[in-house]
Amino acid sequence: MYGRKVKLRFFYILLILTTLVLTIFLILKSLEQNVIYFQSPSEIKNISEIDNKKLRVGGMVKKDSILINSEEINFIITDLKNEINVIYSGVVPNLFEEGKGVVAEGYLKDRNFFMAIKILAKHDENYMPPEVKAALEEK
Amino acid sequence: MFKYLEPNKIFSITSKAPKYVFIVFIVVLTIGLLESLVLSPEDYKQSHSVRIMYVHVPAAWITLGIFSTITLLSIIGYIFKFKNFFLISKSLAPSGFIFNIIALVTGSIWGKPTWGTWWAWDARITSMLILLMFYGLYLLAWRIYQDREQVFKITSMITILGIINVPIIKYSVDWWNTLHQPASINILSKSSIHSSMLFPLLIMTAAFALFSLLIFLMKYNTELIKIKNKGLDRL
Repeated sequence: MYGRKVKLRFFYILLILTTLVLTIFLILKSLEQNVIYFQSPSEIKNISEIDNKKLRVGGMVKKDSILINSEEINFIITDLKNEINVIYSGVVPNLFEEGKGVVAEGYLKDRNFFMAIKILAKHDENYMPPEVKAALEEK
Repeated sequence: MFKYLEPNKIFSITSKAPKYVFIVFIVVLTIGLLESLVLSPEDYKQSHSVRIMYVHVPAAWITLGIFSTITLLSIIGYIFKFKNFFLISKSLAPSGFIFNIIALVTGSIWGKPTWGTWWAWDARITSMLILLMFYGLYLLAWRIYQDREQVFKITSMITILGIINVPIIKYSVDWWNTLHQPASINILSKSSIHSSMLFPLLIMTAAFALFSLLIFLMKYNTELIKIKNKGLDRL
């Protein structure tokens, strides 16, 4: 139906696309550690050696774990399997709350202590008006 | 090739349609802005900053949609040598480029009060920036290369390289840990956005789509005028 040249061009484009997808897939696969924005407390637990490299830990702020005194804020990040203590002095974003997502940027002191230099709140994908939220909580 | 693709017939549409599209766009945009800025409720957690989402999300959808369309048209155009498809792509690209910038800027404005930072090098945001660079390359190629055969080939190659990035943008939030939240609207499963917020979002998407259509028609009309005036080769 179509000419030989049309077919050739079609298969050539197909070949380019397959090659590209494969290349990008392999590159991203091998660079996975750099693509992820933060690590979970469980991944921190399994870290082989603690060095002075800046990293990010993300998870949920554990319920009733926030302790605020005049100099610093202490709280626990949990992924419901493992947890890590975070010490931070500075301003926290408005959405920083117990039971909500958080990403802490800083340095690891040891496997259980993290010195944060920056706190980011991670927002979840739920959007609803306050009344609906109140109704959901009543259930 | 197809009867309805004859330049003269298209020209009579593209020269008249913009004013009607413009009227519909203004109406839909007014409803959309009223819904999203006044009538829709505030979010239980982010309060009023949720309203940024009504610009951010439609802009991101449109820019991804336009890039995918451009790629599809360029590939088909390259394989079957439909010159018209390249001109359609060329006319679509500027609004995609603008919406990409809007998505990045509004995301940044939303990120500051919500996350606590203007910018994060996470997978979603970085891949959106890469898309913007591909849009830039695409638009530049049209300006730099004069030879038509050459520019058709180069722009198709740019879109083919860039299209790999589109599924990465879409699934980055599922594949990796990102600061950006996962998608709230799913076609197959239940959406995690309340219907009172989904409605203005869809209206705004329609408004942005109409704006893209308007810009497209005006750009495409210019392309057809250029061909007529220069007496260049037929489409």
